[in-house]
Amino acid sequence: MSIAEAPVTETGELKIVKDATCTFCGCVCDDMELTVEANKITKAKNACVLGKAWFFNHHIEDRPEATIEGRPVTFDEAVDRAAEILMSATFPITYGLSDTTSEAQRAAIAITDWIGGTIDTTTSVCHGPSGMAFQGVGEVTCSLGEIKNRADFVLFWGCNPAEGHPRHFTRYSLMPKGQFLPNGRKDRTAVLIDVRKTKTAKAMDYFLQLKPRSDFELAWALRGIVAGAPVDPNIEEVTGIPLDMLEDLVGRMKQAKFGVILFGMGLTMTRGKHINTEAVLALARDLNKFTRFAAKPMRGHGNVTGADNIVSWTTGYPFGVNLNRGYPRFNPGEFTTSDTLARGEADAALIVASDPMSNFSNPAREHLSKIPTVVLDPKLSETAKIATVAFTTATYGINTAGTVYRMDDVPIPLRPAFESPYRSDQDVLTAIEARIREKQLAAG
Amino acid sequence: MAEEFILIPGRTSKQGTTLNEGKYTDDYLEEISTLQICEEDMQRLGLKEGDHVRMWNAIGEVTVPCKASKGDELPPGILFISYGMWSSVLMGADTQGSGMPDSKGLDVFLEPA
Ligand code: SF4
Repeated sequence: MSIAEAPVTETGELKIVKDATCTFCGCVCDDMELTVEANKITKAKNACVLGKAWFFNHHIEDRPEATIEGRPVTFDEAVDRAAEILMSATFPITYGLSDTTSEAQRAAIAITDWIGGTIDTTTSVCHGPSGMAFQGVGEVTCSLGEIKNRADFVLFWGCNPAEGHPRHFTRYSLMPKGQFLPNGRKDRTAVLIDVRKTKTAKAMDYFLQLKPRSDFELAWALRGIVAGAPVDPNIEEVTGIPLDMLEDLVGRMKQAKFGVILFGMGLTMTRGKHINTEAVLALARDLNKFTRFAAKPMRGHGNVTGADNIVSWTTGYPFGVNLNRGYPRFNPGEFTTSDTLARGEADAALIVASDPMSNFSNPAREHLSKIPTVVLDPKLSETAKIATVAFTTATYGINTAGTVYRMDDVPIPLRPAFESPYRSDQDVLTAIEARIREKQLAAG
Repeated sequence: MAEEFILIPGRTSKQGTTLNEGKYTDDYLEEISTLQICEEDMQRLGLKEGDHVRMWNAIGEVTVPCKASKGDELPPGILFISYGMWSSVLMGADTQGSGMPDSKGLDVFLEPA
């Protein structure tokens, strides 16, 4: 069915929106059936507990559309000040973007390009290290549809989908009956490797509890076993998992018809970071000598995968890209936001749909609170509170249409439930971009 | 006497649902500020649910209430807290050239407050 025939049925005040999309997590479930009464979603059929919380709590906020230093101003004044701030900076940074549409992401990148700034997304503090690892060893990839239809062996590593991606099991990776897995769950072997015995462990056939910060050693030992190299039994002391258990695991991996490793931030946020993910990606690659094996990161925010895609196809790199010289330069550690802020380099920031004031390191937060900032967010946040120019925007997927990318890089259209009095991120960013161009062209 | 632990900040289902309700709701603030400790460590340290603990490392220090983790979710020596303002206080700025600060598996000291 095409989007043009969007099945929206309206009966008086009550509206049913079928096939709506939840953008709370990277599963991007597009089978929601929303009941909308006036400007409120009252039912969200098929949504998980997180999805329900997402749909039920994004009603219209009572906040000014735009403020400058906390004072309500007109949209036009705010756009003007935002353009001025970004244009007069020598090291402006753009950050966030994982909870907005790909159309808005494109506009934010365009702004960054016109002002010679640095574009980075929340990927840098999520699966950025995986992005570096893809460049290092490549990615043997697959779609969630392939996992659903083919994967008879699923290894979750350093992730907790039972709490972070509640419908992953039922929609894609464990429960569904697939083309080659007619009995669904019974036809799959599921394993979890993690430091904590999380709720995910309960849904598994096997749980291997590893010692903290030993992911790399474990992945390397598994690679050794796969290759038939002798592995020191001492590996148990390092990782907490006995060698014979690892050998058994490798045996099962090799016997699989189609195996997949789904990995989370247990790998990327822990010491070793991209080296951890490189080891796991290399393991999946090695296994292709014996059977079909893929590895995929479990992406968190609704459109963080879109951010990687859009930044990649516009600049050639996925995150941490500097455009100051008129051509893109990629260097994690140099052009990533945690670093440009903590080192005190950035002198203005455009922040879209993200809250670095709550989750960055102290030095990064301190610096961010000192420089002029332009912040777009549907809700009040610590970052919106310190903004020089703050815009309240419509919520993507609930109030605005557009495109988001599911965690397996599949683009999915959004079907909004009701209109918001606020503009979308895309509209605000496009207005700022147009103002910047006007000023630049007028200056010659 | 302070003891050394490894802290793992992460996501929970409750953090996700309360985040949607709002970052300034009591439930969200309670979720991101409560430290989970395994039963065995709680007993050894003479802690009961709701007691405050002081947790620090070279980067920062927080004093937060604690509770026992469910079942055998946490092995002894490991602490868990939901991502948020409190976990960030203990996170350093150094990314070792990766863009990502060490955000999980942090060495911390802990003592009853
Ligand atoms: S699994 Fe994720 S995308 Fe699907 S309904 Fe739940 S929160 Fe929304």
